[in-house]
This record gives sequence, structure tokens and C-alpha cells, in this order.
Amino acid sequence: MTEPHHMPLIEPGHTHATVTDKIAAIVLERGVSKGWILGFFVAFSLFNVLALSVAYLVYKGLGIWGINNPVGWGFAIVNFVWWVGIGHAGTLISAILLLLRQEWRTSINRFAEAMTLFAVSCAGIFPLIHVGRPWVAYWLLPYPNTMSMWPQFRSPLLWDVFAVSTYATVSALFWYVGLIPDLATLRDRAKNRLVQIVYGVMALGWTGSAKHWFRYETAYLLLAGLATPLVISVHSVVSFDFAVSVIPGWHTTVFPPYFVAGAIFSGFAMVLTLTIPIRKIYGLEDFITMRHLDNMAKVMLATGLIVGYGYLMEAFMAWYSGSPYEQFMIWNRLTGPYAVPYAGLLLCNIVIPQVLWSGRVRRNIPLLFVISIIVNIGMWLERFIIVVTSLHRDYLPSSWGMYYPTIWDWATFAGSIGLFLTLLFLFIRVLPMISIFEMRLLVPANRKENAP
Amino acid sequence: MSPVNPQWRSLEERADTPQFRQLFEREFPEGATEWFDPVSRRDFLRLMGASLALAGLGACTRQPEEKIYPYAAHPPEQIVPGKPLFYATAMEDGGYGFGLLVESHEGRPTKIEGNPQHPGSLGAADHFAQASILTMYDPERSQVVSNAGQISTWENFAAALAWQLASPNVALRILTGTVTSPTLASVIAEVLQKFPAARWVQYEPVNQDNIYAGVQLAFGRPVETIYRFDRAEVVVSLDTDFLSTGPGRLRYTRDFTANRRVRGAAVKMNRLYVAESTPSLTGAMADHRLAVRPSEVEKIARQLLAGEGVWAKDLQAHAGRSVVVAGEWQPPVVHALAHAINAKLGNIGQTVFYTEPVTVNAGGQVAALRELVGEMQAGKVEVLLIVGGNPVFDAPADLNFLDALKKVKWRAHLGLYDDETSEWCQWHVPAAHFLETWGDVRAFDGTATIQQPLIAPLYGGKSATEFLSAALGLPGRPAHEMVRAHWKAHGLESEAAWQVAVHDGVVPGTAAKEWSIENRGSRIDTAKLSPPSLLQPPASTGLEILLRPDPTIGDGRWANNGWLQELPKPFTRLTWDNAALLSPRTAEQLGLRTEQVVELGVDGRAVQLPVWVLPGQADDCVTVHFGYGRRRAGRVGNQAGVDVFRLRTSAAWWQATGATLRATGRKAVLACTQHHQLMEGRELVRVGTLEEYQRDPEFVKHRVPEPPGGSLYPPHPYEGAAWGMVIDLNACTGCNACVVACQSENNIPVVGKDQVLVGREMHWIRVDRYFAGDPAAPLVYHQPVPCMHCENAPCEPVCPVAATSHSAEGLNEMTYNRCVGTRYCANNCPYKVRRFNFLQYADQRTESLKLMRNPNVTVRMRGVMEKCTYCVQRINAARITAKKENRQVRDGEVVTACQATCPAQAIIFGDLNDPLSNVSRWRAEKLNYGLLVELNTAPRTTYLAKLRNPATEI
Repeated sequence: MTEPHHMPLIEPGHTHATVTDKIAAIVLERGVSKGWILGFFVAFSLFNVLALSVAYLVYKGLGIWGINNPVGWGFAIVNFVWWVGIGHAGTLISAILLLLRQEWRTSINRFAEAMTLFAVSCAGIFPLIHVGRPWVAYWLLPYPNTMSMWPQFRSPLLWDVFAVSTYATVSALFWYVGLIPDLATLRDRAKNRLVQIVYGVMALGWTGSAKHWFRYETAYLLLAGLATPLVISVHSVVSFDFAVSVIPGWHTTVFPPYFVAGAIFSGFAMVLTLTIPIRKIYGLEDFITMRHLDNMAKVMLATGLIVGYGYLMEAFMAWYSGSPYEQFMIWNRLTGPYAVPYAGLLLCNIVIPQVLWSGRVRRNIPLLFVISIIVNIGMWLERFIIVVTSLHRDYLPSSWGMYYPTIWDWATFAGSIGLFLTLLFLFIRVLPMISIFEMRLLVPANRKENAP
Repeated sequence: MSPVNPQWRSLEERADTPQFRQLFEREFPEGATEWFDPVSRRDFLRLMGASLALAGLGACTRQPEEKIYPYAAHPPEQIVPGKPLFYATAMEDGGYGFGLLVESHEGRPTKIEGNPQHPGSLGAADHFAQASILTMYDPERSQVVSNAGQISTWENFAAALAWQLASPNVALRILTGTVTSPTLASVIAEVLQKFPAARWVQYEPVNQDNIYAGVQLAFGRPVETIYRFDRAEVVVSLDTDFLSTGPGRLRYTRDFTANRRVRGAAVKMNRLYVAESTPSLTGAMADHRLAVRPSEVEKIARQLLAGEGVWAKDLQAHAGRSVVVAGEWQPPVVHALAHAINAKLGNIGQTVFYTEPVTVNAGGQVAALRELVGEMQAGKVEVLLIVGGNPVFDAPADLNFLDALKKVKWRAHLGLYDDETSEWCQWHVPAAHFLETWGDVRAFDGTATIQQPLIAPLYGGKSATEFLSAALGLPGRPAHEMVRAHWKAHGLESEAAWQVAVHDGVVPGTAAKEWSIENRGSRIDTAKLSPPSLLQPPASTGLEILLRPDPTIGDGRWANNGWLQELPKPFTRLTWDNAALLSPRTAEQLGLRTEQVVELGVDGRAVQLPVWVLPGQADDCVTVHFGYGRRRAGRVGNQAGVDVFRLRTSAAWWQATGATLRATGRKAVLACTQHHQLMEGRELVRVGTLEEYQRDPEFVKHRVPEPPGGSLYPPHPYEGAAWGMVIDLNACTGCNACVVACQSENNIPVVGKDQVLVGREMHWIRVDRYFAGDPAAPLVYHQPVPCMHCENAPCEPVCPVAATSHSAEGLNEMTYNRCVGTRYCANNCPYKVRRFNFLQYADQRTESLKLMRNPNVTVRMRGVMEKCTYCVQRINAARITAKKENRQVRDGEVVTACQATCPAQAIIFGDLNDPLSNVSRWRAEKLNYGLLVELNTAPRTTYLAKLRNPATEI
């Protein structure tokens, strides 16, 4: 067996036509399978759990959750940060790896970008619904109003609004622009009139002329340039929600880089979690090859180590600061009532990913799948630990408390996964999940080293 | 309707029975729904009209004019809408009066304050008085006269009573609580005169029988004992909680803490020795505290009398400037010993005074009740009038009061609630709340107050005097007439004198006459106190059980008061429940842990209740608080806690030996507001000894490194006032009055046990309690924590919509309208003083509660954050007045609700920009420190460190 980095990005034997056929057929010809219907049904049911939970929340108030006086933020913020983190991989793969000319990104970028959008959609719900009066949440936006009130520009939550909304906009734009040539392909290949019209409208009159291609590539590159700093900024800003505060466990300068690394870590884990079954089900092993999986595992390993370093620095700074509050915070994480989730976090995020040093593990697809899920759990636990354990015991022992999630906390969390999967199922069904035109570039005939 | 009426609509009409006539004449059939509405809009208008009429506006009413007089130097000629008026009155608790000033907005009483002219208040009010306003507006008060469960009328009741009392020799019994009211006493005397066979019994579950028996033992007659703690340099407390129980508690707190204020070089401070069984506020203030079993106190008293031990030496060194106080829970002999010690030390006439009893027929209540129950059992009582009180619930278990009650032929109950007692009486008459009627009551020193009504009775309630007038055949005689008549004959002949007395809230010259005690002290026959016959049997080795009134709901009379149910108990920080308190060591020996349910048995009776392990509790003692476990208290009080009156017998009145504890294997869930008891080595409550302070007055400042100061943001300029607060931890007793005062002033909702369990109580000021030192003999610190109004407030910059902002006077303001509820501010508050409306906590539906609210404070909806505002509405009111008079706000003009009610005067508020203001002076003290200043929050609220004054020999 060859080493992964020598492995091809596309299996031998493919031509322009086969690539186009294979990917377009998933949308146009494969039809609705029983498996898809079943999966969509489950996902949509979960999504309805979210709808129900949010409706009850708006009706009744935040008191249906487990949050309380020392712990003002609970699952909502944990989920928000977790989903935003997951939403990092897509843009990183599309934009940064594009700029770095990492060709292996091609077969996974469309998929990862879609995942980004869906994750950001899930993330976006939580800040909206977690406020006490969601019907006036729009007051966070700076708009001219009769109250003559600006929002508080010093507040990290306001920075969040800008960071996340910008990120969502640019990601959506980037994704859509990347879709245009493929939408035109689908338009051209569709046999049903209605489908032709729908794809035709979405393709914005793409003809594939040289001029189109020239302008398209310039725009795509510019958008990639624009998206790149956002990958770094969005989670840095999210980390400011914590770092700017005075609470031990939150007030830490290490947070921005450590959050970004954690985001990429969890983002790649989620891409792996989704890619591995889908490439199997839709027979895309030719396009998403061992090399992709191997590369993603390596990125996970690297970012996981950065996250581990972050944990270490957190503990070191607590000791080095000499602040009894910071020292207590670390001690409380290790030995307090939330010691089990903390141990789980260390296990999931630091100990277990170390097996990825081994090439055999990285090429063992079931094992990789399991590890990717473990990392997802670990990163969720990390956000839980940061949000909850810092708040539940801060400065005055008289005010210490505990946070126990309620059934509604869990329902909302599960429901957000439902929303994510629902969108994902729809995406797989109606849009090409792999970039057709970019894959065509990878066909050996087009590559210089293979030129006759 | 004439019987010859040829047309008839029904057979009933044709039959023309009296029932049908009654039905026909009534506009609504009996039980029509209108009465059950707490206060309908129509009622409201009627009440408003009535109260305006009372205030002298002259509505069209046939009622005789009964003028009430606002408490002001220049009373306004008419009501100015939006400007509250204050009226002096008094609350009766345990029979004694506590002087109050009640704030009234357009005829609605909204807030209770203490009456500064009243000797038992001096401007302070405790949590009961503060919460009494909620009881008045309680929609679950009984609202109609009822007969055997059916709605009836006062007139019907009066007629039925008159019929029962047709013969002058009827065996009538009157059962009241402790009575100090001169008017009520005179009305009762009238009744007793009219019915020679009638008898009057007083019974109060928390009474002063032991105190009176003690003086009886010492002096041969019951007299009232009054202490002057302001003159005492050494105080010895023998199992008494004089700071929080008893009729003199507010005055004693003021006097006692006055001697603990250390300012600058004035380092005089009293020293308090306490021997007690269960932690009390007095014990928490002690410089030396012994946790002993109740039966061991007598030995300590004897040692003091004999002059043995360090305590006795300290007392002797301060002869004439010391005082020994025995608690109401202690047997008479301990009281007698305490009087003997005081006499021996020459304290009588210096720190201890005796006066004629303030109560009518002082003492002996349990014995009197036992006698009454005996008569009832024997069927010798024909008519029983229960005037207030709830004996079916709170009478000693061995008397079987309920059984005896059922044997009384005709029984009627006057009460605020349709309670356990009214359930078993044929007639129930709703009582008027003290804010609704005329009356009078005497304070601990005998000073009388004329109670004036602030509002017409919400539900047509009757005062005790009116109720008993029905027995005289005068059911229509108004309380005002009786009170006025009594005082016309007792020193307030002229209208002017009456007006002054009503206005001031004190009747001049009514303090009880001092009982001349010239050399009486030496006459105490100490030999008489020593015979073994008077000695209790030697303390057995078994468990002792202590029965005490609950610190927040009293003997159960406050059970339906949400403010008091949700007020954390000073030591356990429990709400909504009672528990069996055990010392850590005893709990360990018995293998019990907090919240485990045990079966507590004594003398063949048993109840099941959860255990609470409390440091400072004496070993081998289990303390239970009665008042809980009400069945018919109302929606608030029902189902809360466990009834331990079932363990209380007339023999085991305050305590008993030989209790048994057995684990049941079940666990209860108790709602505690403070889960962590230690300071974790943090300098939160800074404590030193007096000696330490004398050596280094700045010792407090050396405890924590000074903060670096400065901020990234420019400093706020304060051109006008800069409001600030200082809390003297050395004076604070942890009594919780401030918490309820704040709740009342600021419309703070009650959230219920379920919400307290998840940590969502809403109090804007809380009293943190920390234990320090050895768990067997801990030091206890109380620390009130309101908002700190930080200069560099961490909450302000994090709010994304600028709903919390810094005012030009340095207040950290909360704009509810703007708040979207991100809760970021609460997370970022190091003091955790912010409170969030997780659900719709404020009751927006109950009409009567709407009347109670402070109209100057927004009622918050769900989803918004709230917190202490430094009573910004009071600041604004003072500023408006000052602006109209074209001057600055004067020092002392703005008094926050917590400050106003504090019996210890531990809180001062004012302008920090004014160097001469009291708050500036307190802040300049060497003991001043800020909580968590090391975070550079620069709090506006600061503390004066706590000092202890232990004797050097111990």
C-alpha cells in the first residue's frame, strides 16, 4: 500500500464525463431512496423537537432551562459556541486551503462549506432564543431608531453579532458563488422542465464562456481572501465573550487562539463524521479518497495538540498569576462537582486523538469515524466546562451554585442537531455535494504531470 | 311581598318561607361568586372611596367621621396625587406593640417603616413588621362571616351570639392572645362584668410565662424586666436571643450595637458572653460563646452567682455596668438566678429596671389554657369566643384542644384567616388587620400607641374590640368610638391631645411605672433558689429536643406570607421549610446527614422531618422550629414544612429530654439559598479583634494587596452627588429586616420553593452567612450584600444594548425597558447581586397585590434583569424636593429602605462628594474596606470590618 500522500486525489479511470455523470446523477437521476427518506424523517422529527422547544420557551420563559443565578448561561451558549466552532472547517477548507493551493480540498470543500452554513444556522438560533425577551433581540443591531439608542459597542456580545453575521454572509456568498457553474451543469442536464427552470434561475445565466470563467475565478479568489481573516476572527470574537469578562476561568488571554484551534479541531471532526458515511452510501470513494481522510486526521491531530497546549497554559497561568481565585478555578475543575465532564474532556480531546499519530489508525476508516465523534463530544464538553464551571463557583462562596440541564435544555440541543441534519439531507438531495467543475480539473488528463 | 300576592313564580314563593324571603331580599344568592373575587374593580373603587374619606376628603358616606392624621410637621391640606403620606401606628406581635410609620399612596398603604418616636422602634422595623403589609393584602384572608361553612353576615352572627348569651349566667369563655391593649382589656372587663360566670384566658404559643414566673420567684410578684444595654459594658446571655426575640428586640438591638461601634480612636466596645444551645443572632454577636444543652444553663447561672469562672470575674470587674439576661426558654429558676446575679452586681437601677407588667394578667398562660381545656372537656363551657389565635394548630399536644373544642356547644372564631381553628368553630368572623382598624397596644416599656387605620377593612373585617362588643349587644359600636372613649378617660380628654397622640404614634406618659426596687435585690432569697426541689433533674445522657418559634414565620401566624416563607433563615439559609437541627458531631454519631428524613420522637409522640446539620448547635441537642406544617394556612403556607407542635406538650414547653431519632431512609429536598458555608480563605468578611485594631488601626487594609487602580475607559466625572453606602459589619446582627424592607419597597416578587431550589430567588439584598473556625464552636459572620454600584462596574460594558449604565451620580442603573435579557451582566458581576426574571415572577393578576405595590417602582416582567438600585426612587423624590426648594439634597434626606429599617443602624447612605456627610465619615474610617477591591471594581458600597472583643484571660 502506498503512503497516503502519494495516493491520488481521484481514483484512476475517471474522465471529465464520468466525473460529471457520477456527481450530477446523485441529484438528477438517483431519485429518492428509502434510506434518504428514513434519514430525513428522523432529522425532520428532531427539527420539530427544536420548533416545539423554542415555542414553549417563548411562551413560558427561560425558566424552563436549568440556568440560574450564578450560572446565567447554560446549554444555549455551550451549543452556540460548539456549532460556531464546527462551522469553521468549511471556510477554512474552501478559502485558506484554496489560497494555499491544497488541491486535495476540492472534493470536500463544497460539502464542508454547506456544513459550515448549516452549523452557523444552528449556532445563530441560540443567541436569539437565549435572551430573556427574544422579541426585542433586534435591539442588538445598530439601526436608527426613535429611542436614539445605539447598542453598547463595548460589549463582546455586540462584537459577536457583527462577527457571526459577517461570517454567515460571506460563507453563504462564497458557497453560492462556488455553486454557480455546477448549477448550470445541472440545468443543462436536467430533463424535467421545472427542474431546468429552478436550476436555470439559480445559475444566473451562466454560459461557461471564457469571460465568465475569468471573472468567476477572480471573484472566487477575492471572496476566498475575504473569508480567510473571518475564519480567524469569528471564533476569536466568540472567545471574547469570555475573555473580556472578570470571571476566573473566562478572563484569559489564551482564549482567542485556543478557541480558533478548537474550532478547526471540531470542524474537521464533524467533516469526518459526515464524510465517512456519505462517501460510502453514495459510492464516492473515488473522489473522497484515503488521502483526504488522512489529511483531515492530520489536521485534527495538529489542532488537537494546540488545544491541549491551551489547557496546559490555562492551568499554568492560574498557578503563575498567584490569584487564589484562578487557582481555585482549576482545582475546582479537577476535583469539584464537574470533575467527571472535565476528565471526559481531557480524555476525548487530548488523550484519545493521540492515536492519530499512527498511520494505521488514520487509514482505519471505522476507527477514524469513532474518533471523530469522540472529538465532537470532547469539544462540546470543553464549552460546557468553560461556560458552566467558571460561573458556578466564582468569587463569593455564598453565591456558589450548580447547573443541571433540564429536559428542555436537552430537547433544544437535540433539536438543533435535527435542524442541521435536515438541512444536510436536503442539500445532498438537491445540490451537487462535490464541486463538479473543480473535480474535472483533477482528472488526470488536465494535470500537467500527466500531460502527454 | 305580601302574603296575599296572587301571582307567584315558584312553589317556594308560594310557600313564602323565611328562607325564601331572605333569598328574595338578597340581591345575590348565598355563595354568589362576587364575594370570592379578592377585590373586584367595584370593590376597589369602593375601598378607594372609603380610604379617601378616611383621609378627610369627605366622600358621601353615612359613616361617622374617624379622622386619621398623617405623620408630618406640616400635614398637607389635601392629598396630592403622587405624594405619599405617612401615618403612625403600631403592629402587635405577641401582644406587644412595635411603633410604625406606614407609607400611604392615595389611600393605599404600601410600605412599613419604624416610628422614630416610638421607644420600642426608634425608627426600625423587623422583618415581621415589614411583611405585615403583604398579609394585609393577602387575597387568601378570610373575607366573609361564615356559619357552618355557609356565608353569613355580621348581623346574623351578632343575633346568634345575643341569643346564646341570653342568660347572664352563661358559661362564656374568651380565649385571646396576650393582651396589652388598654381598650381591648376594658372591653373584656365589660363583658366579664356583664356575664359573671364568664372567664378570660390568654394563650400565646410564644409567651413569657417563664420570665414572669422567674420574677415571681425572685420578687414574689410578676413585674416587667427592662434592660438598658446601652449602659452595659459586659453582657451575659443565658440562652436568650434578646436581639431577635421578645418585645424589646428592636430597642435592645439598637442599644446593644451602639456600644459596639468603634470609630477612630474611640475604642470602647462592650463584651458579650453567650451560653446557648442553638445558634441565635445574639450568639453570632458573642465574643465568647458556649454551646451547651439547655439543661446545663442553670449550672452556669449558679457558677456566675457564686462568682466562679472568668465570666463571673469579668462581670464583677464591671459591677453596675454589666447585665445578665436569661432567655424565655429557660426555666423560672434560671431567671431568678439572673435577677439575683444582677442584684448582687448592683446592676439593678443601672442596667436592669423593673416596671409594672405591661400585659394584662401577666404570665401563667399555659396553666390557664390547661384549666380552660379541662372545663371544655367536662362540657362546662357553653360559649367560647376565640379572639385571634389558632389554638387548634398551636395548643400543646397533650391538651387535645381539638377534642375539647368539639365539646363546646357554641364556638366562634375571629381571625385573619379561615384556619385550622375556624374549621371547627360554627362561626367565623374575618378579623380586621391592624392596618385596617382602630386600636391600641403597648410596647415593651409600656408606652401605648393608638393604632389608626390606613384603609377601610378590605373584607369587612372586625377588630377584637368590635367582635367582643357583639357579646355586649353592641355589634354596631365602631372600634374608633371605643378607643376614643377609653383614652378620653385616660389622659387624652382634649381633641388636641388625642390628635397629637394619634399623629405621633405614642401616647405621652404611658410608659409603665417603674416598680421601686430599693434594695429589693438584696432581698432575693438566693437560698430559696438552691433547694434541690427547684433544681431540674440532672441532665440525662439522652438527646434533648428544643422547640422554638421559626425565625421567619414565627409560630405559624406568618405561614401564608410569601416574603417570610422565602426569607432565608439566618443560620441555615433555608426557605419554605423547617428541619431538625443537629450539631456536626451528633449527626456523625447518629450517622445522619443533611436532608435525611428522620423520625423524631419524644414522649410517645413522633414526627418525621429532615435533618439539617448546623455548626454551632450544641451536641446531643436537636432543635426544631414550630409554625410549619399548616393545613389551612392558604396556598402559600400549606404543604410547607412539618408540624412539630405535635411534639410540644405543656410539660415539654420549650424543651424536653429523652428524644429519639431514627433514620427513615428517605430524603427530603430543602431549598437553601447558600450552599457553601466557608470563605475559602478569601478576605470577604474581614474580622479582627479590638486589640488588633488598637495595635494597628489599619490592619484591615493590610489583608489584601491594594488594587492597581485606573481603567481603560475615562473616569466618570461626578459634579453633583456621588451616592455611596457603608455597612458596619460590627453592628449588623444578620436579622434580615433589610431583605424584607427591600422586597416591599422595590416590588420584588416571591418565586416559590421550586425556583429557590434551582437558585433563582430574587432578593436584591441578601445576608451572606459564613462559618469560620472549629465546626463545633464556629464563629458566624453575617454580611449584607446589596449592589456595590462599582465605579468600574463589570456589568456595564458587557451589556450589548446598554440597558445597564452609569448615572451622573455614580449609580449603576438598570433600564428594564431596554433589557433584552442576555444575562451577561449577571455572569460578569463578581458579587452576584443581579437577579433575573427567568419566568413571569411578578404576580400581575391578583388585584389586591396590585394595590400593595410601590407605584414609583416598575413591576418587572419576565426576561429582564434587576438588582439593587440604591432606592433610586427615593433619591429622585429627594432631588425633586430639593430642586423645588432651590437647594442641595441634604445629608440624611435620602434613606434607602434597607437603611431605614435596620434595627442596628448598620447601614449608612449618602453623598460621597460631601466630605461632611455621615457616609463620607464612615468611609474614612480605618476599618473601611471594599469587597473584592482587588478586582479594581472600585465598589461604592463598602464595609466596616467586624471587630471582636474577646477577654484576654480566655
